[in-house]
Formats: sequence, C-alpha cells, structure tokens
Amino acid sequence: MAKTLFDKVWDAHVVKSLEGGIDVLYIDRHLIHEVTSPQAFSELESRGLELFRKDQMVATPDHNVPTKDQHLPIQEELSKHQVDTLLANCARHNVTLYGLGHPFQGIVHVIGPELGITLPGRTMVCGDSHTSTHGAFGAIAFGIGTSQVAQVMASQCLLQSKPKTMRITIDGELNKGVYAKDIILYIISKLTAAGGTGYFVEYAGSAIRSLSMEARMTICNMSIEMGARGGMIAPDETTFEYVKGREFSPKGAEWDKAMEYWNTLYSDEGATFDKEYNFPAADIEPMITYGTNPGMGIKITANIPDRLAEAGEESFQKSLKYMGFEAGESLLGKPIDYVFIGSCTNSRIEDLRIVADYVKGKRKAENVNAMIVPGSKQVEKQAKAEGIDKVLAEAGFELREPGCSACLGMNEDKVPAGSYCVSTSNRNFEGRQGPGARTLLASPLVAAVTAIEGKIVDISKHLN
Amino acid sequence: MEKFNKVVSTAVPMPIEDIDTDQIIPARFLKATSRDGFGDNLFRDWRYVQGNQPKPDFVLNDSTYSGEILVAGKNFGCGSSREHAAWALYDYGFKVVVSSFFADIFKGNALNNGLLPVQVSEAFLKELLAAIKANPSTEITVDLPAQTISFDEKSESFEVNSYKKECLLNGYDDIDFLVSIKDEIEEYEASSMVI
Repeated sequence: MAKTLFDKVWDAHVVKSLEGGIDVLYIDRHLIHEVTSPQAFSELESRGLELFRKDQMVATPDHNVPTKDQHLPIQEELSKHQVDTLLANCARHNVTLYGLGHPFQGIVHVIGPELGITLPGRTMVCGDSHTSTHGAFGAIAFGIGTSQVAQVMASQCLLQSKPKTMRITIDGELNKGVYAKDIILYIISKLTAAGGTGYFVEYAGSAIRSLSMEARMTICNMSIEMGARGGMIAPDETTFEYVKGREFSPKGAEWDKAMEYWNTLYSDEGATFDKEYNFPAADIEPMITYGTNPGMGIKITANIPDRLAEAGEESFQKSLKYMGFEAGESLLGKPIDYVFIGSCTNSRIEDLRIVADYVKGKRKAENVNAMIVPGSKQVEKQAKAEGIDKVLAEAGFELREPGCSACLGMNEDKVPAGSYCVSTSNRNFEGRQGPGARTLLASPLVAAVTAIEGKIVDISKHLN
Repeated sequence: MEKFNKVVSTAVPMPIEDIDTDQIIPARFLKATSRDGFGDNLFRDWRYVQGNQPKPDFVLNDSTYSGEILVAGKNFGCGSSREHAAWALYDYGFKVVVSSFFADIFKGNALNNGLLPVQVSEAFLKELLAAIKANPSTEITVDLPAQTISFDEKSESFEVNSYKKECLLNGYDDIDFLVSIKDEIEEYEASSMVI
C-alpha cells in the first residue's frame, strides 16, 4: 500500500500498539535544555530510576542565557540557578552537555542539525514546541511537556496517538524578496493558528524543493504555529549534502547503510493524506503580522482585515487594541522601535548573510535599536570568518552571543512595554518579547530593511 | 498524579479565543526548578498591572466568579510546550478546562497532570458561557466515568482516550507503564533499521 513519508518513519518506530489507538513510539534522539528538564530529572530521581539511554541525549543551555559577556558568571540569580541545575544534572547522569563557552553551544534547534544529530528518518523530541524544526530533514520531530521528558529519560519511548496527515504543496517560482519565513507566514495566515491541530504536515512542491536546508528549517520550525505537532520535508540531495561530514553524522559504511534507508523516505505515488492544500508560489509576497497570533499575517503592502472569519469580534478587537492598530488600516509608514534578528526560526548563517548583504554600506535609522543574535557558537564563528560582524557593526547592528534571547524575553533581552519590534522570531503573542511588547513577525530581509528605514515599508521598492 | 473522578463546581468564564501558554504563564516565570507555586503567576500579565496591582476587570480578580472549572474560547493552550501552563492552572485550583478546541501539546500536558481538558461543541460552549454570565452560581458537573458535562438541564458527552481515562481514574502515569515494558523496548532496539 502506498505510504506517506510520515507513515514510513512513524511505523519504523512503533515498539508496540496498545488498545485505544495509542502507540509506544521509540525516540532516537532527545534534546534537553535548562527550562523544561529540571523537574524531569527530579521525577526520575524521586522514583529511583536511571536514564535508559543517556547516549541518545544531548543538552545545552539556551533559553535563559545572557547574550553578552557569556564568559562571565550569569548575573540573574534564577537564570544562573537553572543553568547550574542543568550542568549538575548532566554531570550526575553523565549526559553530553554543551555549556556556555563550548564551541557547540547554541539554540537547541540550531545545534542539532549543524552537529549531524538531526538525521533523516529519525524520531526526535525536546521539551520545546519548536522541535518541529528538525522535520526539515525528513525526521519526525515534535515538542513535548516535562512529564514526557521524564518518560523519554526513563524508557526512550512515548505513548502517542498517531496524528492525521496533511500535505501542503507549493509549486512554482518564488517572487523576488520572498524567503522561507514569508512562505510559512503565508501558509499560517491561510490555515489559521489552529488549522493544523491534530495533524503532522508534509511540505512539498517545486518551491519547497528549491530551498536550502536553512530555509526548510524555518518552514518546519513554525508548523507548531498553526497547531501542527510537526512538519517534515522529504530528504533529497540538498539534505544529504548538508548532513555529510558533520560531527555526528554517519561515516563510511554507516553512511552507505544510512543512505539505503534515507533513499526510501518519500511519500509514495498515490499515498493519501487526510488533508491537502495547494498554493502557487507566485501568490506569496513579503509578509508581516499585525496581531497577537502568528495566523494574523498579511502581505506587507496589504491592509489589516476588517474582521477575521475564524475569530470572534471580541478576540480580534482585543488583539488590535493590544497592538495599537485599527482594523482596515495599512502598516506602511508605521515607525518601529526595535528590530530583533534571531531565534530558532531565523538565526542561521544564511539568515545573517541575507541581513549583511542588505545592510552593507547602509546605516540603521536613529529611532531603531537593532539586535542580532546568532543561533549558535558555530554560526557566530562563521559570521566572523565572513566579516559579517564588521558589516553589521558598521550598519549600527549589535551582534550578540548565541541564545533564544528576545524571542521570549527570559533573559535580559526584552522589548519595553508599548514598543514595536519587527522580529524574525516565531511568536507575536502578547508580552512574548517582554510585558506589553508589540511584536510584528517578518523575514530577515524585511527586518533588515525596517531597521534601515526606521519604519515599515514596501520592501520591493528597496531591492535592486 | 491525583485521581480524577467527578467535579461539581461553579466556573470561571474566559470567552477569549487562542489563549496561548505565554498568557497562561509568561516565560519569565519559568525559571523554577520545581513544579510548585506556579499558580501565583497564572495569567500574570492579564491579572496584574506591572508591579503587583490586580487589574479589577480581569475575571480572576472578580469575586463574582470562582470554582474549579475554567471555561475558555477555542484553541486554548496554543503555543509553547511548557507544561508549566498545566501546573499553573492546577496549582491555582482548576481541575477542569472546558473549551471548544484544545491545542495538542497542552491537552497532553494537562492529562499528564490530572487536569481534565473537556472539549465541547461551539453551541454548548456558548450556552455554558451565557448560563455562567446570567448566574455565576451555576453548578456544572463533569463526570469522567460517564464522560459527560452538564449544567441546569443541559448535558453533552465528551471524548477522552480510553487509556488516558484509566490513568486519570486511577492516578497512574505513563512512566509506570513504559518502565514495565523495558524488555520489549530492548527487543525493538535490537531490530531497528534506523540509523
């Protein structure tokens, strides 16, 4: 029977099926960070259990870490305690840890792929909803809660109902100035913030195939923003080329064996999905969000809608009031106070290159505070090797050290109440970047242009 | 995990859609290394103005409404996977959340902590919210063995996975089960083709 990519990978990981449609799903790799793991370690210890497969775990601190002076002790007491707890737990249980200062440290979803931990056909979990990122390699990867972190620690398995499948196909050539972030914001604006709930998504079509691995990760990363547990893209030459030669990717005979399995990872001709969507690439333009969930996105040149079919009037108005916008108005010309380039969505080397290419020889607007936070130490190192740090500094951007930073404002990097921030991150929820902060999600290019212009503009007029 | 059987209580209405876990518990309150005390910061930024002044117009600060049941708009719990959201609701005193639609990860987290997500139809949710507004002392019964939610003369059945239902009724959790099948997991590992 014709099978989907998702079904192939899922079925290869079912240890056994229980009554009531629940499968015992084996997890190949488990990534942990400081925020959602401490209670899981405590849970395990309180039951007198050991880690079942410690060698299939990797830890790094990212959510809480400062993005300045990482060589100094963490100033904020609670953050320091949480990071120290991760260090102590990993030392006690002998888990591989890339702590602050380690050349492999970074945002957990950036380091997994760049170290070759993320591989096609694997199952991967992390106590973080953006684990969906790793699906870009044809892995089944999804975010879990802390109780489940403890379950994986204890058994390397999870009890899961198999989600329904959805395929989103985008064919055609992408317009100038359109990047992966625009594609995913466009999709979420069409499907809404709840449109993917209960589904696992496969992204397909010629426009998707044409993307780099970095771009594919951006798309899969935000699958959760439409409610989907994860998104995946069938591995191809682009994938294998990226994976080859990385720190932990298979070598020699192991590689050949892996390729045999990986070459089977695609949706068979005639495989059926529970839901299918098709969008023409030509319809996608540079996007921006105006509201307080990622489904509230528009073409940057479009007006805010008068109402939303999927939302009640009360929720829609509450959202606009928070943002200080009016229904039906254009965002063009709105002044912006902050630009944040970073997060597990858009902090990879390719994102930094897009920004550097645009801002080279230009200077940011006086009214804008522009912060750029690389996704990992490796990205930071590469950026410096390419001279990107200098280009950014000359344009008035501050290149920080790696971490989640102002995406969720757990550390000092926050946007003040009432201020507007064009951000390459993934969530525009109320207060996400700091209490009262107003977030507009966009691509690295839109963020770069906004920083230079100091306001929201039709970026097509600023591209050569 | 505490056992769950039946809850009979008044309810707190929150007719807002897409309530995300950043609202339920903002990220800056996730720095604890234990599960305790998150209820103090439940809905922190909706509940308090900066500092510690309660916002009088927020429903948790309105003494008209109280109870162990939260009734919210559709797509409740979207966003971050933070289980702290379920802990905060439970720690505050909620045993049940009623909505017409739940985000997946939140739903799983709630069930793993003895907090029952009850998904009802849009029409039922509307009637329920109207009844609570009209009479805040409306008593609602959530019966897990029967899988029904009822108030006044109205009732609707809700779905819950049969395995999860057993866990809730008995206070079991998944770790107990998974640890008990270790031999089968090892057998799987020996036969897996995955690199």
